[in-house]
Amino acid sequence: MTDISQQGSGPAAPSRKHGDTLMQLTARTKRRNAAERRFQAYGIAAIGVGLLMLAILVVNIFGNGMGAFTQTFVSLDVELLESKLDKKGNRDIEDIKKVSTFGYAPLIKGAFEAKVAELGLETDLKSKAMADLLSKSAPAQLRDYVLADPDTIGKTVSFRFLANSRVDGYMKGRVSRESIENDKNISAAQLDFADQLIEAGVIEKTFNPAFIFGADASDQRPEAAGMGVSMLGSLFMMFVVLALALPIGVAASIYLEEFAAKNWLTDIIEVNISNLAAVPSIVFGILGLAVFINYMHLPMSAPLVGGLVLTLMTLPTIIISTRASLKSVPPSIRDAALGVGASKMQAVFHHVLPLAAPGILTGTIIGLAQALGETAPLLLIGMVGFIASNAPDSVASGLMDPNSAMPAQIYEWAKRADPAFYERAWGGIIILLVFLVTMNTLAVILRRRFERRW
Amino acid sequence: MPTVWLVVFVIAVSAFGYMAGRHRALQSAGGDSRALHSLPAYYGYNVALTVLVPSLLVLALWLFVQPILVDNRVSDMIPAEAIPESSTLGLVMSDVRRVAEGLDIAVEQGALTEQETRAIRTEFTDVRSRLGELGVALGADVRPEVLQAAQRYRQINATGHLLMSIAVTVLALGGLAYSYAATNKDFRARNVVERGILALLILAASLAILTTIGIVLSMLFETTNFFRLHSWTDFFFGSTWAPNFRGDSELSILPLLWGTLYISFIALLVAVPIGLFAAVYLSEYANGHVRAFAKPLLEILAGIPTIVYGLFALLTVGPALANIFGRGPEGLLGVEWMSGATSVLTAGVVMGIMLIPFVSSLSDDIINAVPQAMRDGSLGLGATKSETVRQVVLPAALPGIVGAVLLAASRAIGETMIVVMGAGAIAKFSLNPLESMTTITTRIVSQLTGDTDFASPETLVAFALGITLFVLTLGLNVLALYIVRKYREQYE
Repeated sequence: MTDISQQGSGPAAPSRKHGDTLMQLTARTKRRNAAERRFQAYGIAAIGVGLLMLAILVVNIFGNGMGAFTQTFVSLDVELLESKLDKKGNRDIEDIKKVSTFGYAPLIKGAFEAKVAELGLETDLKSKAMADLLSKSAPAQLRDYVLADPDTIGKTVSFRFLANSRVDGYMKGRVSRESIENDKNISAAQLDFADQLIEAGVIEKTFNPAFIFGADASDQRPEAAGMGVSMLGSLFMMFVVLALALPIGVAASIYLEEFAAKNWLTDIIEVNISNLAAVPSIVFGILGLAVFINYMHLPMSAPLVGGLVLTLMTLPTIIISTRASLKSVPPSIRDAALGVGASKMQAVFHHVLPLAAPGILTGTIIGLAQALGETAPLLLIGMVGFIASNAPDSVASGLMDPNSAMPAQIYEWAKRADPAFYERAWGGIIILLVFLVTMNTLAVILRRRFERRW
Repeated sequence: MPTVWLVVFVIAVSAFGYMAGRHRALQSAGGDSRALHSLPAYYGYNVALTVLVPSLLVLALWLFVQPILVDNRVSDMIPAEAIPESSTLGLVMSDVRRVAEGLDIAVEQGALTEQETRAIRTEFTDVRSRLGELGVALGADVRPEVLQAAQRYRQINATGHLLMSIAVTVLALGGLAYSYAATNKDFRARNVVERGILALLILAASLAILTTIGIVLSMLFETTNFFRLHSWTDFFFGSTWAPNFRGDSELSILPLLWGTLYISFIALLVAVPIGLFAAVYLSEYANGHVRAFAKPLLEILAGIPTIVYGLFALLTVGPALANIFGRGPEGLLGVEWMSGATSVLTAGVVMGIMLIPFVSSLSDDIINAVPQAMRDGSLGLGATKSETVRQVVLPAALPGIVGAVLLAASRAIGETMIVVMGAGAIAKFSLNPLESMTTITTRIVSQLTGDTDFASPETLVAFALGITLFVLTLGLNVLALYIVRKYREQYE
């Protein structure tokens, strides 16, 4: 059988020359197939670009941020000279308190000199320049130690001091001899000396829990800055959000889903909620500033205010997800409850709500995770621009005292001039992401574990 | 904190009320719960709610209204001539509040007795140093009228607080007595409780409306204040954004709007093609494994907080672009087109990355909603898969996709952190994407952070910008919904 009958079929058919078969592609088919392949390639490329961006982002975050979890320390044996710290020698705490941190600086210089002599290092550096390898917090650390235990005066105690951020950067490869040419905080000679100490094992880079649990430090001391206090700030805000957004959101959804009559008022509420979900977060910040701070005179920078603003922001999310999970409970459950004599309210609260609870919980966790990462409204209510250095000591002070929050703290670090803070900012992001990933995983697990298919 | 104790008291009364109500109902039925109209617990709930709800509502309302009344009463006391040249009533009032707070702390720490704070006079005591010793820093010496106002402020506040405590206590106990008396076996407790709960549910649902009203009113109020100080023609039709504190600021929204739209445009230029192609591939071509793997990964991009993108723009993308297009002979292209790391392109590209999953998952849903029969018909006629997608599926999904793009645009316009960290601070009209420009959200942040003086147009302009942003994004959302509803093809 030949395909002779095919010849001269319709005008729209491709002109098939004699000898063409279905096995051999015409130019037009080839063109169409090529277009098909191109189209598919665009799709793959688009997904590839998206995933590549994700990969770049993740590599960037971890590449730049892991350094923040280790820190360079200098181990020194400091002789706590009685002649400097307690001239009267009667160990009176009030007298010892009079010695300011300046009074402790000579001890550190002395400790360096002793170290140099002990190790037999050769250096032209003055002891002042050696002491500058340490963080500016070193004398304060000594003073706190002595004030906590005055009996140690006169003894020699070994300390681990934070190294200066430049030395830390040198250990981490961020600072080199070329990059410090115009830097008045450190000189090449000091780096040479640091090299000698590194070799002797006096300067070491180890894990630094203070970054996770500690407080923020002034913009002069990036090496001492930590996330701990702002983490507490975020925690208190999340308490406020959970305590307000969950009950209000669930109550609103129950009304809208189960009781509301179809009328214009319900329509307005529904349109309102879906629009609120799309309002830019900064607008909620303006609302918070105008209403909570300017009008109600709640304290600036307080986690309570942050929590209230984030509550308003999270409510639509929670309402939308709660309504979805209420809707997924089949009507037969309600009918059965009503059939055995329950009131409408009893049917909802005793039967529908417990069945929808896993879904509501999942939605709430996702809403909280969103609120945890939100920054813009916090800028307006003043949760940046100061140093969150004191951990709150009670629930009331945790809610009312100025504090920062994790994302606000990251923004604060990113704004500071010293590039050593950038590493902190990336490190802070790792901590923030750990929280977000944990919360989202929890939500997924809850959904998998308790989701019911009807 | 006495207010907390008040709340605890009310809760305790209501807990007691629950037990008392339940007990009384059972007693009236002679211990046989079958004789009751409702389950015993409902009688308890009835009493508890009657105690709790009115008293807590009054408490909340009182706490909200009292500051306004007190402010009004006290600010009447400050004569106009007592307000210094450079200051405003608002600033004097905040001084008054600060002094009052200081006196509170003084009493709390036992440095002053209640009588002393009332009798204290600036003529005899240096109030500033007295309070300074207690850790209350005051900016300037306390003037006599401020101190008097502060004392009056404390006095009214104390009276108000006392009245509030009495009112709440009376309401709580009255509610207890009333509902306890009403409790007997024929009382329809369940119906009453359910009506009450329904009212609470409605209250919660209307909070959404309250929030919107709050947003609109708070911004409208400050915006009218702004237009009283600054001409609205300059704001809407001027050409320069140049705030300064000499009082002749030019505050026009147009250059900011230009920067906002330009950055959003670049973001959409990145996000829409990538997002759309990704959605088409995932829904039409990818097999189950690829879809299960790639879709959640892409959606991670949507879950990353914007501060992370901001940092990415500031520290990674910005310097990388500056390396390519800037730095003269040292740069990659050897050109000097870009002077710093912040630029329209930096912010636009990063925002585009953020929007990819937004566009892709919305379009994915829409494409999946196109019925399979349409694809089958097209394929049956001999079209290739890509021809089917281009000529059948996409036209059918177009309204939804346009809606998705508009939603993405509204997200881009309202985005804050990326532009704050990546776009720069210079307001200008320029077509060069390598220059830094500024946006509405960036200016809102910079005008409202730090020391804000709610009497200067430079601060108040942020509210005018905010309401413009609100209207803009709201308009886009409504338009998106309208397009989706109006042009959606109905397949059944």
